[in-house]
Amino acid sequence: MSVLDSTTTILSSGVRLTVPLAFAACGEYLAQRAGAMNISVEAMMLGAAFTSIATASATGSATIGLAAGVLTGLVLGFVHGNLSHRAQINTFVVGLVLNALVLGLTSYLITTEQFASHQVGMLSIPVLQDIPLIGQPLFSGRWPAYLLILLVPLTWWLVARSRWGLELRAVGENPQAADVAGIKVNVRRRQALLWCGALAGLGGAYLAVGEVGSFNQNMTAGRGYIVIAAVIFGAWRLGRTLIGCLVFGLSDAMRLALPALGVTINSQLLVAAPYLLALLAMLLFTTKHREPAALGRPFQRGST
Amino acid sequence: MSAPSLMDPDDLGRRFLARLRPGRDGWLTASVTFGLVAVALAVSALLLMLTGASPSASLSAIWTGSLATTTGWTTTLLNAAPLLLVAIGACICASAGSFNIGQEGQVLVGGLFGAWVGLRLALPGPTMVVVVMAAAAVGGGLWAALSALMSRFRGVNVVVSTLLMTFLAIQLVTFAVSSPWLQESAQGSSGIADAQSNPLPASALLAHFGQYPSLQLNAGLFIALVAAVGVALVLSRSRWGFRVRMVGLNPLAAKHTGVRVAALGGFTLALSGAFAGLAGGLLLASPVSPNRLQPGLSDNVGWDGLLVALVARNRPLIAIPVAFGFAVLRAGGDFLSATGVPYYLIDIVKALLVLAFVAPPILVDLFRRRRSGTPSTPSPLPVVPTKMEAVA
Repeated sequence: MSVLDSTTTILSSGVRLTVPLAFAACGEYLAQRAGAMNISVEAMMLGAAFTSIATASATGSATIGLAAGVLTGLVLGFVHGNLSHRAQINTFVVGLVLNALVLGLTSYLITTEQFASHQVGMLSIPVLQDIPLIGQPLFSGRWPAYLLILLVPLTWWLVARSRWGLELRAVGENPQAADVAGIKVNVRRRQALLWCGALAGLGGAYLAVGEVGSFNQNMTAGRGYIVIAAVIFGAWRLGRTLIGCLVFGLSDAMRLALPALGVTINSQLLVAAPYLLALLAMLLFTTKHREPAALGRPFQRGST
Repeated sequence: MSAPSLMDPDDLGRRFLARLRPGRDGWLTASVTFGLVAVALAVSALLLMLTGASPSASLSAIWTGSLATTTGWTTTLLNAAPLLLVAIGACICASAGSFNIGQEGQVLVGGLFGAWVGLRLALPGPTMVVVVMAAAAVGGGLWAALSALMSRFRGVNVVVSTLLMTFLAIQLVTFAVSSPWLQESAQGSSGIADAQSNPLPASALLAHFGQYPSLQLNAGLFIALVAAVGVALVLSRSRWGFRVRMVGLNPLAAKHTGVRVAALGGFTLALSGAFAGLAGGLLLASPVSPNRLQPGLSDNVGWDGLLVALVARNRPLIAIPVAFGFAVLRAGGDFLSATGVPYYLIDIVKALLVLAFVAPPILVDLFRRRRSGTPSTPSPLPVVPTKMEAVA
């Protein structure tokens, strides 16, 4: 295999591994801007991956499976939002318990039945896919991947340009002031978590019915946490968050591809890379106060 | 205290203690808890029936595997000790208002330090065990202290950094056991390094306690029990414990009474890591485990111990029976999976039970607020500030 071919292969697999991260990161970015520290992205992705395969297997349609995945994410976002931002249970507790619950539930349910393999179709853009090096990675893939072209600008517009997004950011920075201004803080956070759930669900479903075509136990394998790392790495900017996703996706692709190419590199270091990079990014950037000021703090009227 | 206090310290103490007691809705909370636990168990039974297994047979399997036999008791108590240690650590730092969720990693790093010292040193007699345990505690403590330092000097969110450090710890241990550091003897004939360290020498292992041939109690259980009682006393009776709770309940008031809030918060975080590390040492040096460092050493003990602390609402003495209950589920779950029911069912039961125990006081509070129409009463659980620098 020539150098060009293997580079293209690594890039292709890197992009494929980035897409689910990018979907979920869009959602997590919006939730964190609202001050909702959602650590149950892992649960949302994993749960959606399972239901998408189960539904696709039952209905015979991978597209319906994809929709079921989004719905699962929405349901989990609803549950997380109500427990954390209505019942005011510590949001990290809720996240941990949901992650444990969904991991247990999916691992258990997958043993009860055999699911047929289903995959959504490929979509290759005729001329562009022939561009050397980047043609195959960018313009040939499973069709839901192209939803990113729609959803990334939409997320950006929602957060940065819409009135709802302005209120959302106010809720994330200073919930007390937002409350005084008549914004329903916890309602906004629950709405943000619904968006987060839908997109994380799409990411998880893409992983299952898009790339793999089946469900394996714990198939997201910490990707939800990497998504959180990406948002931190991106210092709460959407563009940088997506670059973070690409870096993490490529490092994952390298880990898978390098041994096959005969390059020996420490695989533990490559697995640890996203977390290490996110920690370094936090060490370097947090003093600039880019983090939403109320991130992870519950809001209750009357408390300071 | 060195700085002038805002109020009479005794009055302040009584107010804080009042906050720690269960609220006026004790009975309502208890009945809601009972109802939710019943729902959680019913859902689990429903899931069981989905696989065609019989809930009653599964329940009796859990019973047989955990409490009905002496072997079961051994497994249960061996499981309980590290869970309890992790939970105690979580109680301490939660009392001080910082939230450590990286115990899983701290357990592993504790095991790594313990294994490294145990394989490198040859000390006479009982000093060896003590040194291995101390090394494990130091390892876990240092790993948590890294998060504390990042928080203190760069304002990095403790929850997020402890979470990320867990994944680093897993890779660190995977790397360490596949490297020659922990393997002095020749590697397997296949030429591939085993994914585990050499076994620890017998002198580094915890002693059996008592002369019961089938009930293998080891010193770990007693370490954990003594630690639980000790920490409960220190937190509720000592001046230091009072300061810790004051930092957790009202950092600003604590700061004004002269407590070094950030330093105390960082120290309790490191202390909670040390307890998790000690739990790792226990797992490593227990007489029935393989006595090697493996990436699977922690086996979710860190996550489960954290859940124990949550259910116990950060009270070390309550954590004793809760840890025992979780240990029953773990031991019984192992036995259950031998009968063909997937172990994951136990994970579901655990998560549902945690929700059933954590939710009621908050739901009752929410319900009261709705009924009375009053704007809000402070939440019965201390509100956890996630950034120590907010008050530093």
